[in-house]
Amino acid sequence: MPRPKLIRKVSNFPHFKGFRPIGNEKSDHTIVLNFEEYEAIRLSDYEMLGQHCASIEMGVSRSTYARIYESARRKIAEAFILGEPLVFEGGKVYLDSEWYRCHTCKCIFNFHHQGKAERCSLCGSKEIDEYAREIDEYAQKPDECSQGERRHRHSGGRKNLNHRL
Amino acid sequence: MKIAITSTGNTPESSLDSRFGRCSYFVIYDTELKSTEYIPNPNKESLEGAGIASAKFVASRGVEKVVSGEFGFKVKELFDSLKIELIIIKEEKKPVTEIIGLLNKNL
Repeated sequence: MPRPKLIRKVSNFPHFKGFRPIGNEKSDHTIVLNFEEYEAIRLSDYEMLGQHCASIEMGVSRSTYARIYESARRKIAEAFILGEPLVFEGGKVYLDSEWYRCHTCKCIFNFHHQGKAERCSLCGSKEIDEYAREIDEYAQKPDECSQGERRHRHSGGRKNLNHRL
Repeated sequence: MKIAITSTGNTPESSLDSRFGRCSYFVIYDTELKSTEYIPNPNKESLEGAGIASAKFVASRGVEKVVSGEFGFKVKELFDSLKIELIIIKEEKKPVTEIIGLLNKNL
């Protein structure tokens, strides 16, 4: 029996269901792009992160990340070439939201919408900043990631797995 | 928009309950109607699964934000998937009226 998959962290879900080709509406076959694959495309090609940083962001190893990303690109290519609709669905993921701290009312809050929060959701103040994630000690910020921290993250990933199973 | 606040009592002067799952009362505040509703927590004495049960309970009331002192990781996951925003206030003994005041200022 294969080793169970690590749950992938997705911080931004797509806010629509997928794509349909123009002029080929009657295609009955659809290609399913998992949420983790969508996230891989978002991190690598939209946020322009390196694979190592992106893998930290998703809480998987770099090689797993490369596999997810490759599968995502193949599915997108298949949909493009064959003119088949693409839907975002499934995948072994959990949603993680960004935490913020408000300097005015001293509260900590999270934010689910696209992009970054601009106002405190309790008092409406604009004096907010991103809260260092004490809850996810294994999730390092991508700009802090370096080769030296790799081992540390790996042990974190394993802990995360045990925690969630 | 409806906002749930965990409370230690059923009066406006009572303070925020720092626990989510086993808080004494939920205050459901409606920002449009400016109404408050005090609901005793049915899971206060439960031995296990209080967090999830309470989360389902407040979610069934149609709230969009939840204010408490702390949330467990199971509860956070559930609220994340329901797209309900969480607000953590670390200050203990903050009266519910003060929180409602802050929410009104936000509008």
